Order: sequence, then structure tokens, then C-alpha cells
Amino acid sequence: MAIIETKGLTYTYPGGTKTSIRDVSLTIERGEFVILTGPSGCGKTTLCRCFNGLIPHFYVGQLDGELSVAGLKVTEHPIYEMAQRVGLVFQNPENQLFALSVEKDVAFGLENLGVPRDDIRKRVDWALQTTGIEELRERAPHELSGGQQQRVAIACVLAMQPGIMIFDEPTSFLDPLGAKKIFEVINELNKKLGVTVILVEHRLDLASRYADHVIIMDNGKIVLNGKPKEVFNSETARLIGVGIPKATRLCQMLQENGVRLGGVPTSSDEATQLLREVLKA
Amino acid sequence: MSVFEGFRFRHVSSPIHRLDPRVKFFYVLVMFIAAVMFYELLPLIILFILPIPFVLAAGVQRQWLRSLRGALFLASFLFVFNLVFGYLSPGAVPWGMWPLEYASAMFLRFLVLVESFSIFFLTTSPDHLSLALEQSHVPYEFTFAFTTAVRFVPVLAEEAQTIMDAQKARGLELEKGNFLKRVRNYIPILIPLIVNAIRRSLELAEAMESRAWGAAKKRTNLYVLKMGRGDLVFLITSIMLLTSAIYVRYFVSLPTIAMLLPK
Amino acid sequence: MIEVRDVYFTYPTGVEALKGVSLSIRNGEFVAIMGQNGAGKTTLVKQFNGLLKPTKGAVLVDGVNTRDISIAQLARKVGFVFQNPDHQLFSETVEEEVAFALRNFGFRQATIERRITWALNLLGLTEYRKTSPFMLSGGERKRVALASVLAWNPKVVILDEPTIGQDYQQKETLRQFIVQLNAQGKTVVIVTHDVEFVAECNPRLVLMAQGQIVADGDTKRILTNPDVALRASIVPPQITQIFHGLADLGLPTDVIDVSEAKKILIEYFEEERGKR
Repeated sequence: MAIIETKGLTYTYPGGTKTSIRDVSLTIERGEFVILTGPSGCGKTTLCRCFNGLIPHFYVGQLDGELSVAGLKVTEHPIYEMAQRVGLVFQNPENQLFALSVEKDVAFGLENLGVPRDDIRKRVDWALQTTGIEELRERAPHELSGGQQQRVAIACVLAMQPGIMIFDEPTSFLDPLGAKKIFEVINELNKKLGVTVILVEHRLDLASRYADHVIIMDNGKIVLNGKPKEVFNSETARLIGVGIPKATRLCQMLQENGVRLGGVPTSSDEATQLLREVLKA
Repeated sequence: MSVFEGFRFRHVSSPIHRLDPRVKFFYVLVMFIAAVMFYELLPLIILFILPIPFVLAAGVQRQWLRSLRGALFLASFLFVFNLVFGYLSPGAVPWGMWPLEYASAMFLRFLVLVESFSIFFLTTSPDHLSLALEQSHVPYEFTFAFTTAVRFVPVLAEEAQTIMDAQKARGLELEKGNFLKRVRNYIPILIPLIVNAIRRSLELAEAMESRAWGAAKKRTNLYVLKMGRGDLVFLITSIMLLTSAIYVRYFVSLPTIAMLLPK
Repeated sequence: MIEVRDVYFTYPTGVEALKGVSLSIRNGEFVAIMGQNGAGKTTLVKQFNGLLKPTKGAVLVDGVNTRDISIAQLARKVGFVFQNPDHQLFSETVEEEVAFALRNFGFRQATIERRITWALNLLGLTEYRKTSPFMLSGGERKRVALASVLAWNPKVVILDEPTIGQDYQQKETLRQFIVQLNAQGKTVVIVTHDVEFVAECNPRLVLMAQGQIVADGDTKRILTNPDVALRASIVPPQITQIFHGLADLGLPTDVIDVSEAKKILIEYFEEERGKR
């Protein structure tokens, strides 16, 4: 069942000379884990902001085409209505936390929605537990590490219990171990809670193992859209300059030299397994 | 930065910390009024000593003393000014007090004001403060702006340091040159600071909108301030203090040091 | 060129960031300093241009103790490109931005003009000479910051986390640029936690953990050592992980690069084919 559907979506920022996204048509099914990637400036961030209503309500400008998210036409509903169905976690953890304690920050969205106090308390507790940051409850955001702050930001969005969560390069400022932790949390949300996830990332080496749908954009248009193995293995991906997983690249290089593996690996474990099969034979 | 340490909140729990900020603020107002009412040294000494048990109960002695230390400079200036003024125009000093006594009284009055505010800010978390503001029907936009500003103060301070480092690494020497040049030296620090602050606000606004800002006309709140028994006691004490002060002012003739000393 | 002698450093907040670090960087070397966030990498590197002075021990740059000269004098020799270009950019035009440091160091106007032209050309920014740096994209602003440092031709160039927020193509361009800089004789020090990037650069690797140097030497040797990786909490490159799982088949375990991996595997296949 499609939870996001767009047709011919085109947008230019006010005062912008070129269109940020052009003729974008895609479908995202409920419960999918989507990776959205592409070279810098390809329009992925712009697309994310269309999904939760920041475009066209916060960033005015010309938005053409059809866009329906969680059954709502984004252009006809204010951002605060969209916020209950689709949450957005941004790149910089520091600038998403406004309160003086983690607890208060996680409660922020619910307070805005006018949720009764007891329910707020329950949902805050649940969100903190689900993201594994119960012990950070009373801490001030400034004392936390980047990875911890980002988990708080995820909890803040999670508390509103949206069906869709979008993550815009959430690990940019984190080291690889911190990034891994975040991906694991996101994966749990998708696999255990059934949240539809859209993850914008460059670090495909770490993230690709979780995805079941990959979309690659370039210059405002969708260039590739399909299953991870097909997309990462395609020549187009490499030509646009997307950093496909090294495991996939190795497989491609071997293939060029006449060695075929039983499948297309996107993670190191898969590659090891496929190589063993071929090497042992 | 040490004088600011005398006003910064600390995550400690004490009976004073737990008091309702509105009650504490009332106390500060009372101290303010009382201090301004008196010129005589005696009541001001009492007013100065009065909060000390509260300071000790809150465990914030060190920081409180630091705020006083910071105030000492201005207070001394007031002292000298009033002393000189007192000697130069003896008619200006009320009730034939010795100028020395008057100057000391003004000195103490200033300190009393500073110490009251210091205790207030030392024992009231910004969270508590914003909650008090909210419940006092200040529009949420303002309390939000207040807490967000407080939250980002350490962040901005760190950023200012980073910017200074970055520009020093390009050969900027802040201390060099005459006064005018030194002021101009700060432009490469102020501009990135301001530009980044603006960028930051934009990101904050995006995050706020994405978390349903403006959804409900009436916001609910995770915490609520309830006045407890301790608050009531403190409030009554403050009221009694105020009434005592008014009574003393108008019905008790206070001795000045001049009168207390044997002739 | 840079000598770090048993340096300890504690921040005013009381955090001990460096606990007995000793290091020698020769002229013309290419060094990568890696480690988790909080390992002390940036603290160490800030000792090189005098922004921080050791609490105990000494740092010598080109033979001079950093305590004996000013930051400005050190900066002349040691260029530092900060992680976030927005912490440096403030001028009305890119030209002015690049001229800033040159003026601080007392270059003559004619030299300044020449250097600006050269630096902008090197970083592909000539068309933006009269543009306001605030109008440029993130990647372009990073290049302006880099140009403004290279313009005064420091002997040492330090890049703090240059790969953050960059896509694959941008990282490739950066990598080639750094290699070229080094080939021209500059001492290059990069601070990063990007393992794949370091694996592709293959510099001398200094690995840090909890304020100390845990390993120092050949990138390949260090990144493929599982104990070291554990101590410093780093994730080995994907290729290394793959070959680690194939160790029992007699394949080498010290592989970090894709091309090398391909070669080894092809040779292995040829051998196997030959045996049959």
C-alpha cells in the first residue's frame, strides 16, 4: 500500500535560478526502508522537505505536480498536521534540541499538539526506551555527545508516533561507530515498529544492508529507483559518482575479469559469503 | 567570567532550589523594596545578613560570594562617590548622618540588591523560570525564546572561541594595534558569529515546524508548578518581612551610628 | 618538522585530553591522525600551530618551541583548515577572504594579488573572485577556506575532518588534491575518522585512543590489525572485513584497497584454475 506517491513533482526555491527537483515521480510502500542518495546538490534534501510540508508552507516558491503523503495532499495541509504523520530528523543534532533537558525536548512535539499531561509522560517514557536513552532523561543537550544528541532528536520525533520517518544525513557529524548505532536504532524502528523509513545518506557502506528500496537522484531528477542490489550494481550509479558499497564494487571488478559471484553483495558479510562459495567450488 | 558564575544555575537539589520561582521572585521584590526604603546602616546590615541562612541551605555559598566579589567594584565606586559627595555638600546627607555611615549604607544597599538577584538565579533553573513565566500567562513565544536563548549560550560561547581560533590561525592578532585597530580586529569574529547564528535559527525553525509548532491553540505541559507548603511558608515570611519593613520605616525611629556612639 | 615530546594537555574544564603523546613528523610527510570522537586528535593538532600549548612536555615546530613564539608566527608556517568553513568566512568577496591572511602576515600588495590569483586558480574558484562567499554552496565555501590557507604557502597544511558532509565524488577530488599537495613538497596532516578515505590515501597513520597514540606507521598494517582496531574503536574498511572472513582459505589478511583485493582474488582464481 503506497504511503507516499508523487507525480511530476517540480520545485524551485524562491529566488532560485534553477529547479531543485524536476519531474519527480515515485512510490513508496508502507513499511519500506528506503535509501535516498545521490551527489551533493541533487535535490534529495529538497525532496525530503516536500514530504513533510516544509515545502511549500515554510519555503514558499513554486511547487508543481502531485504529492500525497499518508493519504494527505501536502499542499492542502499545514505543517503541524503533516508532522503527526511524517517526522523529519535533520543533519545537525545540535540545532534540533531547544529545551534544557532531554525529557522536555522529547515532550516538545506532544506539548505543541495539546496532548494531555499523562499521555505525554507515557509517550515520552516509551520514546526514550525505544531509542535506548532512558539514562539521559535529565541531561542537558549541551552535555551530550553528537551521537547521543541525534538519538534524542530521533526520540523527539518518535514521540509523535508518525507512520513515516525521514532522516536527512543524520550521521554526517558522527564517527563510524556513532553512525552504526544510529542506523541500528533506525532499523529497529523500521523492522520492529513498522515505521516507513526514508534515509538520506552518503555512507552506503554502513547503511545499505538495511534497505529494501534505493532511489538515486542526480541534478534534480530520479535516475535510479529499485532494489538495492540492482541499483548499486548498475553502471549508471558508478558513473554519476555515487559511493556504492565497496563490496559491490569488488564484485563488479571481478565480473569485468570474468569471475562471477552467485549474487550482488552490498555488505561485507554478504561478500565474504559469496566469495567463499565461489572460492571453495 | 567569574562574576557570571555568581548567577549561573547549578543542578543541585535543596529546599531553596525546590521553591516555586514565583515565590522566590516575590522575595527578591520584597528585598528590593526594603533595601530602597532605608538609608540607615542598621537595617541594611540586617537585610544583608538575612539571606545568608538561605544561601547556606541552598549550598551555593561559593558562587554567591563570587557574585558579591563582582559587585564589589561598582559598590566601592558608589561608596567613594557618596563619601565625597557627603563631605562636599553636607546638607544632602539625610538626618545629619556621618557621610561615612551614609556611604557605607549605600554600599551595602547595592550589595543587598545584587545578592538577592544572585540567590534567585543561582537557585532557579532556567526551566523552572520559563515554566513560571508560562504559568504567569506570558505568551509562549517569549518563554520559548528565553529558554532557547539560555540553552544556546554555552554553544555560542564555544563557537565564538572556535571562530577566534580559526582567525588566529590565519594570522589575526587581536591584541595588536591602537584602540581603533583593535576594535576592527573583532569584525572577523563577529561576522561569522552572527551569520552562523542566523543559519542556526533557520535550522531551529525547520525543526520546530516539523514538530508541530502552532498545532494547538492551548499548549499542554509536561511539568506543572504547584505551590507546596514550603512555598506558602516562604511567601508568608516574605510578606511579614515587607510589612515589618514598612512598619519600621514609618513608626520606628532608627538610630544612626552617630547617635549610638557616646557623646 | 614537527616534534611532540611527551605532551600532556588538560583543558581548563579539567578534561585530560592528551596523556603523554610523542610524535615526530618529518618535512614532506603525509600523515593521517585517526580515532574516535574524543580521542584527542584535534587537541593534538591544535598544538602544532600554537592554539593550544602543552600543560606538560613540549612541541617544537621547525626547531622552535611553540611556547617561545606567537600563534601568528607559527601560523605562518603551519596552515590550519578548520572543519567548518563558516567559522572563518566573513569578507565581502572571495578575493578579500583570501587576502585576509596575506595582509595579516604583511605581504606586499603586488604579492597578494599574485597569490590570490594562484590560489583561486588552484581550487577552481577563479570565476567567483568577486562573489560573496556567503552566496556559494557548502562545497565551494570549503574550497574558499582551503584557498585562503594555501595562499600564504605554509610549509605544513593541517586539514581537520575535511570529508564531513562530502559526497563520494567530492572526496575523490579532495583526495587527489591532497596527494598532489604532498607531492609538491608540503607536509600534510589530516585529522579524520573516515576509514575508507584513509584506506584510499594510504598515508602514514597515527591512531589515537583516549588521549594516547595507540599505533603509528603503515596504514595497511594498522587497519588490518584486529586488536588495534578494537583498542581504538574503529571500524575497519569494508575490504578488510571481507578478507578477514576469508582468512581460513589462505588469502592474505592485510588488504585495504579494492584494486588490490581484485588483483589478489583474480590471481587466486587463476591458480585454482591452473591446479585443476
